[in-house]
Amino acid sequence: MAKVTASVYTSHVPAIGAALDNGKANEPYWKPVFDGYEFSKKWIADPENKPDVVFLVYNDHATAFSLELIPTFAIGTAAEFQPADEGWGPRPVPVVKGDPEFAAHIAQSVIQDDFDLTIVNKMDVDHGLTVPLSLMCGQPEEWPFKVIPFAVNVVQYPVPSGRRCYMLGKAIRKAIESYDKDLKVQVWGTGGMSHQLQGPRAGLINRDWDNEWLDKLIEDPEAAAATPHIDYVREAGSEGIELVMWLIARGAMSEGAKPKVAHRFYHVPASNTAVGHLILENI
Amino acid sequence: MALDKPYKDIPGTTIFDADMSRKGYWINQFCMSLMKAENRERFKANERAYLDEWPLTEEQKQALLDRDLNRCLALGGNIYFLAKLGATDGKSFQYMAASMTGMTQEEYAQMMLNGGRSPEGNRYLDEQTGEKQ
Repeated sequence: MAKVTASVYTSHVPAIGAALDNGKANEPYWKPVFDGYEFSKKWIADPENKPDVVFLVYNDHATAFSLELIPTFAIGTAAEFQPADEGWGPRPVPVVKGDPEFAAHIAQSVIQDDFDLTIVNKMDVDHGLTVPLSLMCGQPEEWPFKVIPFAVNVVQYPVPSGRRCYMLGKAIRKAIESYDKDLKVQVWGTGGMSHQLQGPRAGLINRDWDNEWLDKLIEDPEAAAATPHIDYVREAGSEGIELVMWLIARGAMSEGAKPKVAHRFYHVPASNTAVGHLILENI
Repeated sequence: MALDKPYKDIPGTTIFDADMSRKGYWINQFCMSLMKAENRERFKANERAYLDEWPLTEEQKQALLDRDLNRCLALGGNIYFLAKLGATDGKSFQYMAASMTGMTQEEYAQMMLNGGRSPEGNRYLDEQTGEKQ
């Protein structure tokens, strides 16, 4: 049977991808960001931890979805996903290979569990999905595992509630664990942490709030899931609301047993954003 | 009954909700068109003529021509869409962010290096008016 072995949480700042793609990772501004992922790259390359499939929760930034269509939850069921041209040419990263059979299984199970997903058979993926892959895997010729993209609307308000995301995570775990193939699966939650990209309040960062929220996510995910939208917006900035996506990954972890915190990292700034990163293992 | 919008009292922040999205539909769809190189070329060749092809209000067109991003936000623009206009102009995202805050890009970048804008005094509108008085 397939099994959720671990969950990974990370910001997906586009400037991080650009820094890596343009050979700036060792510059003094960027080095502290990439240093925070050195452990993670070794961890994920270790055969003990290396997943067969990553269920990657992210958001599209007006790339695959314009205002013509705004799905709240969309699962990518294609065999592959091209890195998108976001206006300055596609990132020079490998094509993302999907797992159509497994994705279809998850979609069916989760929809029958009352979460009405949109199924996407053709979609380009933007920095929201490819930057986390780059942070965790560096610059390989091919990504070392299959990826099931799962896009959440966090652009147009109201976005799904933290509680809804957390419950969805549980349904995703159930779907994964009912799949017959022996697969090691990780669920990743991306975006955040505190940042605001718009208006006179742009540049807002809230280090204390971010770290308290990380503590809560680890220790008491129900409490983190109860965080109302307005708290994210007021305390962590209008784009800090992306953190609801982390609750999907947290909901997919085993219940009852506290996960092992394999790694925790926090850094300000990456361009306009506070970078947060966690690796939690099921034990 | 009106919907509860508790985010209206946050200073310097426009929440892109379904009402704003409806208001700014064409601003954002215009920006989306700039994902294609040929459209970027046509826009750069004659901005006004390109904007006239879209059912935008005059106010929206002027805000876009002026690159007045705060005005664009007030008229329903969303920052992820507006970023495509910035990219067409060859501007970094940090340049765009700074332009909305009244700071130079250098001042803004320095603020970020110093840990970002503090939430202190930036949570509620009345905190800000209080400070100014």
